[in-house]
Amino acid sequence: MRYLLARARFVFAAAMVGCLVAFAAPALAQQAGVPINPQADVVDQQTLLRKSPRIQGEINQLDPRERVLIQPAGRTWDYFHQVVLRWIGAIAIIGTLAALAAAYFVLGRLRIAAGRSGRKILRFKPFERTAHWLTAVSFVVLAITGLNITFGKALLLPLIGPDAFSTFSQYAKYTHNYVSFAFVIGLALIVAIFIKDNIPDQIDIEWFKQGGGFIKSKHAPARRFNAGEKLVFWGALGMGVLVAVSGYLLLFPFYVTDIFGMQIAQGVHAVIAILFIALILGHIYIGTLGMESAFEAMWTGEVDYNWAKEHHDLWLEEQLAKGRAGPRQKLPSATPAE
Amino acid sequence: MARMKFLCDADRCIECNACVTACKNENEVPWGLNRRRVVTINDGKPGERSVSMACMHCTDAPCASVCPVNCIFSTDDGVVLHSKDLCIGCGYCFYACPFGAPQYPKVSNFGTRGKMDKCTFCAGGGGSEVPGSIEEYKNYGANRMLHGQLPMCAEMCSTKSLLAGDGDVIAQIYKARVIKRGYGSGAWGWITAYREDITV
Repeated sequence: MRYLLARARFVFAAAMVGCLVAFAAPALAQQAGVPINPQADVVDQQTLLRKSPRIQGEINQLDPRERVLIQPAGRTWDYFHQVVLRWIGAIAIIGTLAALAAAYFVLGRLRIAAGRSGRKILRFKPFERTAHWLTAVSFVVLAITGLNITFGKALLLPLIGPDAFSTFSQYAKYTHNYVSFAFVIGLALIVAIFIKDNIPDQIDIEWFKQGGGFIKSKHAPARRFNAGEKLVFWGALGMGVLVAVSGYLLLFPFYVTDIFGMQIAQGVHAVIAILFIALILGHIYIGTLGMESAFEAMWTGEVDYNWAKEHHDLWLEEQLAKGRAGPRQKLPSATPAE
Repeated sequence: MARMKFLCDADRCIECNACVTACKNENEVPWGLNRRRVVTINDGKPGERSVSMACMHCTDAPCASVCPVNCIFSTDDGVVLHSKDLCIGCGYCFYACPFGAPQYPKVSNFGTRGKMDKCTFCAGGGGSEVPGSIEEYKNYGANRMLHGQLPMCAEMCSTKSLLAGDGDVIAQIYKARVIKRGYGSGAWGWITAYREDITV
């Protein structure tokens, strides 16, 4: 029995020594050879940022947005928003206003050369005018509330103070979000109604060659819409689609895009909107101050015969052929009392 | 005046998320919002590192720059605070933030966000509330800075991976660690946030 115990003790001790040797060996080897480098597989942030503009990882929260650890592009977007965008906006809008002012002082108001005939012809039906004014009013509201986001803190905030400006901006934001739907509906109606009269054709080239009606000695031919109006139409359609798509991406943030998509959407929305505003400033000018009788066309729907003859001769011929012109005498001056 | 900064020593972070919990508890951060989070890079692979991230209180903070109502500003200590009285919830600060720090309490129709919420360095809020008041606590969380205390997340960190305080002091601590142990994966986010790195 004692012998057996001694045997067991010996086996146990031998096993222990064996273990010691087995575990100590790598440690000894380490002291003698290559040290373990816990950094061997670690990639530092600079290497990661060279590989991808955003460092992403795993998180314990549910929100996938939070997976992005570092995105230096945020500073790039800041630079775009605070410097590039402001310059684009200032140049585009002030430049357009200056050009329009120059046009007004050089060319003056484009009058009906032959004077008013007193005969009227229907140019825009009530439904067409409704679609136009729905789009127009919502565009102006969207433009003002949108410009407020970029330029408000520089122009309006110093005037009315932070509290009033914040309250205004809050309501401006809600207005911008909801009025966008009216604008999109209006734009869709305009496109549906007017696209058939806005297909570019050979006459448009001739219109440009004749100086677009701005050179009085020449005769620029046009059907219902001249080439300039067609440019406004296609510009409004193209930019309207871009602004609407990018706008709804911003209105439903992160539903379909990540942070990069949001930054691009904001950039596209802001730049296109500013170019759109510049285009529409030109449209408003020629539709009001720039040309006699242009505003009546969209307001009352009717234009003077002589205006139609001078600006939309081919359209007038078509209308007359269809027998749509009324021989009404509206101007009191044209029918002197006898 | 000290320039307050955060530094996460990723070689010490064990992804325990105590900083996240400490922050939520100390500031009574509403459900769904996380002022701080732990992001693990190369999860489960060799070279895995975790980084605790919140608002870094940037130099020339891009969020403050893009805010359309100027509601975000830097204090004399370099802490970036904001006023919930003025915030309109436009979400621009999130697009500009390099660290995904701004949080929004509401997710409702048409991307309505509510007032932005983010790490305040436990220094109360930037609104009209009296510092240290109940109103301030309700809107922004604790004002530990008022009592000379540092952010709860860093104070609670079990491995002292997350450091908060005077930027020069925590940079010194990190430098000493790197020299002593012979390695360091760098001060995560410092170049982007502070436009400087810690060179050892």
